[in-house]
Amino acid sequence: MAEPLLTIENLRTYFRTPAGVARAVDGLSLSVHAGQTVGLVGESGCGKSVSALAILRLIAPPGRIEPGSSIRFEGRDLMALAERDMRRIRGNRIAMIFQEPMTALNPVFTVGDQVAEVARIHDGASRADAWRRAVEMLDRVGMPAPDERAREYPHQMSGGMRQRVMIAMALVMKPALLIADEPTTALDVTIQAQILELLADLQRESGMSILLITHDFGVVAETASRVAVMYGGEVVEEAPVKELFAHAHHPYTRGLLAAVPRLGAGRARLRTIPGSVPAPTAWPAGCRFRDRCASAWDRCEREHPAFYQAGTDHHSRCHLVEEPDRRVGDEAAAPTVDVHA
Amino acid sequence: MSTERPRGLAGSLGALPQGARVALIVLAVLALGALLAPLLTPYEPYQQLGIVHLKSLPPSWTHPFGTDRYSRDVYTRILFAARVSLSIATLAVLVSSTIGLAYGAVSGFVGGWVDAVMMRLLDALLSVPRVLMLIAVLALWSPVPVWALVLLIGLTGWFEVARIVRGQALGLREREFVVAARALGARRTRIIWRHVIPNVLSPVLVAGALAIGGVVILEAGLSYLGIGVQEPMASWGTMFHDATTQFVGTWWAVIFPGAAIVATVLAFNTVGDALRDRLDPHQLPGRPAPADAPPAPPVSILPQEPVHG
Amino acid sequence: MGRRIAARLGQAIVVVWIVATMAFALIHAAPGDPFAFDAPNVTQAVRQHWRAQFGYDRPVPVQYVLWLRNVATGRLGYSHSLHEPVSQALRDALPRTIELMAVALVFSFGLGVLLALYQVRHRGTRRARWADKTALFFYSLPDFWLALLLLLAFAYWFPILPAGYPVDPVMHAYMGPAAALVDRLRHLVLPALTLVLLTTAVVARFQRSELLEVLPLDFVRTARAKGADDARILHRHVLRNALLPTISLFGLSLPALLGGSVFVEKIYSWQGMGYVTVNAIDQRDYPLVMAGVLVGTAMVVLGNLVADLAYAYADPRLRVD
Repeated sequence: MAEPLLTIENLRTYFRTPAGVARAVDGLSLSVHAGQTVGLVGESGCGKSVSALAILRLIAPPGRIEPGSSIRFEGRDLMALAERDMRRIRGNRIAMIFQEPMTALNPVFTVGDQVAEVARIHDGASRADAWRRAVEMLDRVGMPAPDERAREYPHQMSGGMRQRVMIAMALVMKPALLIADEPTTALDVTIQAQILELLADLQRESGMSILLITHDFGVVAETASRVAVMYGGEVVEEAPVKELFAHAHHPYTRGLLAAVPRLGAGRARLRTIPGSVPAPTAWPAGCRFRDRCASAWDRCEREHPAFYQAGTDHHSRCHLVEEPDRRVGDEAAAPTVDVHA
Repeated sequence: MSTERPRGLAGSLGALPQGARVALIVLAVLALGALLAPLLTPYEPYQQLGIVHLKSLPPSWTHPFGTDRYSRDVYTRILFAARVSLSIATLAVLVSSTIGLAYGAVSGFVGGWVDAVMMRLLDALLSVPRVLMLIAVLALWSPVPVWALVLLIGLTGWFEVARIVRGQALGLREREFVVAARALGARRTRIIWRHVIPNVLSPVLVAGALAIGGVVILEAGLSYLGIGVQEPMASWGTMFHDATTQFVGTWWAVIFPGAAIVATVLAFNTVGDALRDRLDPHQLPGRPAPADAPPAPPVSILPQEPVHG
Repeated sequence: MGRRIAARLGQAIVVVWIVATMAFALIHAAPGDPFAFDAPNVTQAVRQHWRAQFGYDRPVPVQYVLWLRNVATGRLGYSHSLHEPVSQALRDALPRTIELMAVALVFSFGLGVLLALYQVRHRGTRRARWADKTALFFYSLPDFWLALLLLLAFAYWFPILPAGYPVDPVMHAYMGPAAALVDRLRHLVLPALTLVLLTTAVVARFQRSELLEVLPLDFVRTARAKGADDARILHRHVLRNALLPTISLFGLSLPALLGGSVFVEKIYSWQGMGYVTVNAIDQRDYPLVMAGVLVGTAMVVLGNLVADLAYAYADPRLRVD
């Protein structure tokens, strides 16, 4: 296969707090190929947003991207770039959209202004020219009456429209990679679908890659071609989407998938994964999931699992790859909540 | 929503930054100086040492800050005046803090139209220039006894505190321990007294520390105009009143009392700043917010969301 | 928007009314008859006329109504110390105070914002810490003391700037227009400088903390993700948001500024309202004192009104009604 567009290797992002060093991202490795959509899935607080910010080097003190982290994009090492060169990449070759479009947009500037700003920063476009491009872009993302709406302010728009604005802002310079950090989490379900469809369309048109960060497997199933599951600051499983859903290997992944409520499943009780995520200031030794895993045995406490190959193009950070007989039936053990379908 | 009570005062006093510690030392020195004044000087504050030969002397070994035009030792007077100025300021701030606390707690916690009316009144009061108001009142009744002066200054200084407390109280209404207390049937006054007030004490304390400096200056200004502290009592302000008619020739009578004021005020401001930085900086003094403008900058309060996507 | 203006105007009137009421209460609670002062050229007949006009022989509620009417129409009484109607005395003094305060406001808000930007741009460095300390120092100075010091320094020790009257009392009438302007400006420098030094510190401290409040917000991160550099982020994205509360500060600083100008005017003999009011105190000229307070308050209320409306216009979230 050709060299990937983006290769993250051993990304570590630590936060030095009075409570100790929080290893939010601790050895993440991931690649995204041109034209691909990769989903990065995990619970809140597992470090996925931090990873995304790290790619654009938007981590602020007390956080720091630790030396030894490597992020290669279009053949260049982003960690080695001067800040000025990094700025040329942000919004230009790599763009990012955020979860909360209301707070992510500046309340005192019109929507058109904010989209146009990208062109003015990177292309030195004139006001008129940039505005024109902004209106075009708003049209592309499906905003009705774009020249009127462009004169409006963020607070005058609905959540879905604001997210479209963010997407327009991100795509003005036709970036090669779009990082979408929980783009639909704050939106209604129907709007969610629209936004995801929009992203898929735009990707088809332009051939850009998308790194989609979410905690929602449903979103991933719809849009991604590959999925990486994150836990404890590292990737614990990675595979093409269909493969993951059909043959999930890692107990955590299985637990997540089993926890998704299904309509029509009768009066089943919702399944949860027992225990809770350990604090990033104190990852357990060995496998970080072992305290919550029904299959765990003494090896899991001693040895931090490598990223084993669990199938063709399917990796899992779990000793069960080497000792599959140790697997204890149903990982999602303790059901708790009654659900009426 | 967190269930823990807001961090209290004791936790914040420890580990103040260096500037604040210096400031606290300065304040301690001033307080001690004021308290121990008679022990620290051989002269009396009202003692005219020799009206013919010893008046208006520049600083020297026998008179480190010189003498004023009534031949009184300036250094001595500064020490004794410290008692007056500091006590007035502290008491006045105590008065205004109490009133502001009560007003704000009731207004914020009771809410509804009561709150609206109280806030309107507060806005009106905030518009009146404090100095002018005091001048008007004091001029009409001059000379005013010191206790009345303290009271008046206190009565004109509680507005900002009230606003802050009200903001805090509004927020506290929805906190879990308050909701729990109400669920248990506690009467509103009891809740205000036992739950709301202890939790708004921190910003009140910060506001108080920052206000004392202002009151020292205010009292000095009023006394300088002749309507504050009256002879024979001496405050730092009255020392200016005496001196400025001929201050060109006797700069020490003006500079040193002024320096004392500046040191005091600077110290209080530094401590107040440091306290504010330690506690939650959001709802604290130094931050005027118009009564019904949105919080700046906005995070959550939105007009109706249109429905289509 | 029109509704908002009407509402604010209504509020402003209410405030002035409250203050007028308080003034009325004060005058009536104070000892003495305001019309019994010593002034040889004011005959008994005139005093009786005033007593009637202010309704001193009528019951208190009637007096109150008369008082309000008089205040609203500008009949504020007679100043025995200046030998002219109060309104006349103020009419001359008011523009001088406005001149002083306007200059002070413009410079202090301008400098204050610039200073705050500087402090935030270079935050963490020694320069910024010194700027901090300087601002705190000036913030802690008594206004009248600073005025005295500056007077001492620049009018006496190094006499380069004049003190006193807004213009040179003797020569001004004989100066050509350019020289007259320069004369005016020279006299303005010291009092304005005093006020500016103090108020700039206040504005800078406030603006700095507002800037720091905005800095960690989400949209700043978005701007960074768009590739904006620090200067653009600070001066465009952050400032534009952090300037809004400063508009409110403008309104709120008026009472304090007016109070400060009282002392400054007295010390520099700048014959504005503060000067007139303070002299009236010494002379026990109560009508003048009261009127000074009333007019001062009205000015502040007006200023607040303007600030409120400016805020509503500047913040797009409030602009669309």
